[in-house]
Amino acid sequence: MNSSFLTQYGSEITTLTIEHLWLTGAAMLFATAIAVPGGICLTRSPRWAKLVIGVANVLQTIPSLALFGFLLPLPWLGDRAARIAILALTAYALLPILRNTYAGIRGIDSSVIEVARALGLTDRQRLFKVELPLAAPFILAGLRTATVTCIGIATIAAAVGAGGLGELIFRGVASVDNRLVLAGAIPAALLALAADAALGLLERRLKVPA
Amino acid sequence: MSAAIEFRDLYFAVPQGRLLLDDISLALEEGTTTAVLGRSGSGKTTLLRTMNRMVEPSGGAVLLHGKDVRDADLISLRRNMGYVIQETGLFPHFTVERNVAVVLEAEGRPREERVRRSRELLDAVGLSSEAFAHRYPHQLSGGQRQRVGLARALAAEPEFLLMDEPFGALDPLTRAEMQDMLRGLLDGMMKTVLLVTHDLDEALYLGHRIVLLSDGKLIANLTPEEFLVSHQPEVAAYVQAFHRGSQRAVSPSRVEEGRG
Repeated sequence: MNSSFLTQYGSEITTLTIEHLWLTGAAMLFATAIAVPGGICLTRSPRWAKLVIGVANVLQTIPSLALFGFLLPLPWLGDRAARIAILALTAYALLPILRNTYAGIRGIDSSVIEVARALGLTDRQRLFKVELPLAAPFILAGLRTATVTCIGIATIAAAVGAGGLGELIFRGVASVDNRLVLAGAIPAALLALAADAALGLLERRLKVPA
Repeated sequence: MSAAIEFRDLYFAVPQGRLLLDDISLALEEGTTTAVLGRSGSGKTTLLRTMNRMVEPSGGAVLLHGKDVRDADLISLRRNMGYVIQETGLFPHFTVERNVAVVLEAEGRPREERVRRSRELLDAVGLSSEAFAHRYPHQLSGGQRQRVGLARALAAEPEFLLMDEPFGALDPLTRAEMQDMLRGLLDGMMKTVLLVTHDLDEALYLGHRIVLLSDGKLIANLTPEEFLVSHQPEVAAYVQAFHRGSQRAVSPSRVEEGRG
């Protein structure tokens, strides 16, 4: 990649990277807002856990290109490609966050939960003072997996015209220009690595020594 | 005067139908320590857990000063009962100081009060508050953790103290130290204590009364002196096993064998 290439495409790469981040970021916000409370609810009624996590699991197995395609003809959603992309990415991000929230809380030493109840902490206090802080590293690990996956899948969103770094990759493939493919792939990979490292760092800081 | 705690015709059946508690009626006087003795599975933990409604009995009632625990507000009921268990259940992400004051924190008491009370109690259970207040549970030994658990149970000045095999996981020396500390501590307080244990020695040392359960049934409710001389077969069997245990520990034949 020489400098003239960068001058030509530099600003486009920047714009598309920001777009990529926005798609992923919005999806992660939605997914977290759904899956963390969802996972907490499941710990309260574990008999639903298998079913709900099963559904999230099935969502995960739908090939991303197909999911984008399915959503395309839907009213309102189909009007703006970004909506499709965010919805699909949210669906993919649900499982790791849901599963880790559920497992993180269920995995807390049962004597700790028992004492929290027996000493008269309210359900709310137990959740916010005990369960969430102790499950935080697991929830974060779920968020981290989801984020890295979403950054990757978001490149496919360009197929339905949602933009992002996939745009360059698809254009590069169509015009047999490897430089364009790399101009999309390298920033996408760097984003994934950066997100992984940053969330990993946070996860370690939240870990409670045993 | 009504008893501080009364179990009345108490039943507890597990879903398979077996009775973990079988028609228990028992009254505990205010300010006394009652040791509940029995084998594993005799129902002693279940009995203790009906008091703070960690389990709901299938029949009968638990009364505190004549009032059914089911009519009480669950949260205030539990805050009025200190709870100590073998596994301690310390909050691993809280400092020792915050662990001790957790009920006060839950009640929304001011910070200065929590710190003061926490340090007071740490000193009372034999941990220098200076040295321990800011440590975390994983930095403590088993005995130290148990002391913190006890301090936590006492922090909100509950009227009752529920202890389920509190020293069961400790080595004999630490265990004896803890028993001494607890006895000294309780002597100066008017707490009604229910202590579940399988250790007769501990029951004799700490209990004003000893209650023996077997297969969910109440076998005996005696003072330690009465317990030791009782002719009731189950009680006598327990006492015999206890004596045998202490004799066996210094059995000369094993000493001979060892030398040989």
